[in-house]
Amino acid sequence: MVEYRIDRRSGVATYLQIVQQTKQALRLGLLEPGDKLPTAREVVEATAINPNTVLKAYRELEREGLVEARRGLGTFVRKSLGSTPADSPLHAELSAWTDRAREAGLERDDVAALFNSVLEEHFKGDEA
Amino acid sequence: MTGTALEAAALGKKFGRRKAGWALHDCTLRIPAGRVCGLVGPNGAGKSTLLAHAAGLLAPTEGSIRVLGTTPAAARERIAYVAQDKPLYPQLTVAETLRLGRELNPGHWDAAVAGRVVDEGGLDRDAKIRSLSGGQRTRVALALALGKRPELLLLDEPMADLDPLARHQLMGTLLADSAEHGTTVVMSSHVVAELEGSCDHLLLLGEGRVRLAGPLDELLAAHTLVTGPSSGDLAPHTVVESRTTGRQVTALIRPRGPVGAGWQTDEPTLEELVLAHLRAPQAPALTLMDDGADGGETDGAEVQEAAV
Repeated sequence: MVEYRIDRRSGVATYLQIVQQTKQALRLGLLEPGDKLPTAREVVEATAINPNTVLKAYRELEREGLVEARRGLGTFVRKSLGSTPADSPLHAELSAWTDRAREAGLERDDVAALFNSVLEEHFKGDEA
Repeated sequence: MTGTALEAAALGKKFGRRKAGWALHDCTLRIPAGRVCGLVGPNGAGKSTLLAHAAGLLAPTEGSIRVLGTTPAAARERIAYVAQDKPLYPQLTVAETLRLGRELNPGHWDAAVAGRVVDEGGLDRDAKIRSLSGGQRTRVALALALGKRPELLLLDEPMADLDPLARHQLMGTLLADSAEHGTTVVMSSHVVAELEGSCDHLLLLGEGRVRLAGPLDELLAAHTLVTGPSSGDLAPHTVVESRTTGRQVTALIRPRGPVGAGWQTDEPTLEELVLAHLRAPQAPALTLMDDGADGGETDGAEVQEAAV
């Protein structure tokens, strides 16, 4: 089960925050196929957001094939998202790269900005 | 979730022979069933007057108002209304007040919901209403309203005297109830930020008239915040409000066609949309129709803009 944290000042649409947090939970393995998402009522009660917003987020997740609504039972995870466990070679490479960036004198914000710009370049046009 | 919860046609109200004018004038609006509608506007805009009409406590001077497909009087059992001053019997205890709710609503009283709302606030059921704080009375009033299991819940400034935790709890309870039973909620508030996220429908009143009405998503999408050089030309768009600072101008517009190059554009937040309209009382009214077919999608939206 996940718990959503809604930031009303983030400028990110509320339904999108739910979509992103669900995907994050899928990536981190906090949600696995077969797991049930909280009901709209539960989310609404905990976060005081509009019920239609939750339903919109769940429809979006369903459209992307990540979850499925089972009538009268709830919304369930269908598949997980390509996860990158902490021991993957990619993690090690990124870690080594970050070390080199620090040695080169880059601050935390510089590294983040550089990483984001490369990310932007490579994933341009893809869905968020 | 189809049908109309609240509908007014050319609704007007004048109090006494006051020459000051109309408390409500020529209000035509429709709120589909199942919506959570935020009712905003400056003091004296007519918010409380509109809610009291919907509750059947005031009769229109002209025009008409219908709720849940019938007159407010005929729908009384299906409506719950919490007035701004949260009237309760001060000499009764909390328990007696809940019993009153049960006895006055035979057949559809939900004791579990009402009891939970009261208990979440840690209220002593043997305490007299007069000994409670303003916020605690609000909690009891909302417990009565929710216990009635209404189809339409009319709330006049419900959260004004609640602490942040109580606000969050009660808003959550309210919305969960709406999610489960399809209850329509119409709620006035001055705290616009509080409505952001909770409401899917907006009604902005000013000087007794409808200024903005429609599904929130669509109202936001119909407006654009633009920033650019003060020499820039915003024709042919409808400018709601524009402010010039040095060489820069910031404006809220209703775009007609693409916005020219040289303007930085953003979608406004609910707060920006409401504040711009409050600062610019002369801006034309905008009503976006909502056929109530789905949860606020763009289909079937009709734009209707009128100079006031």
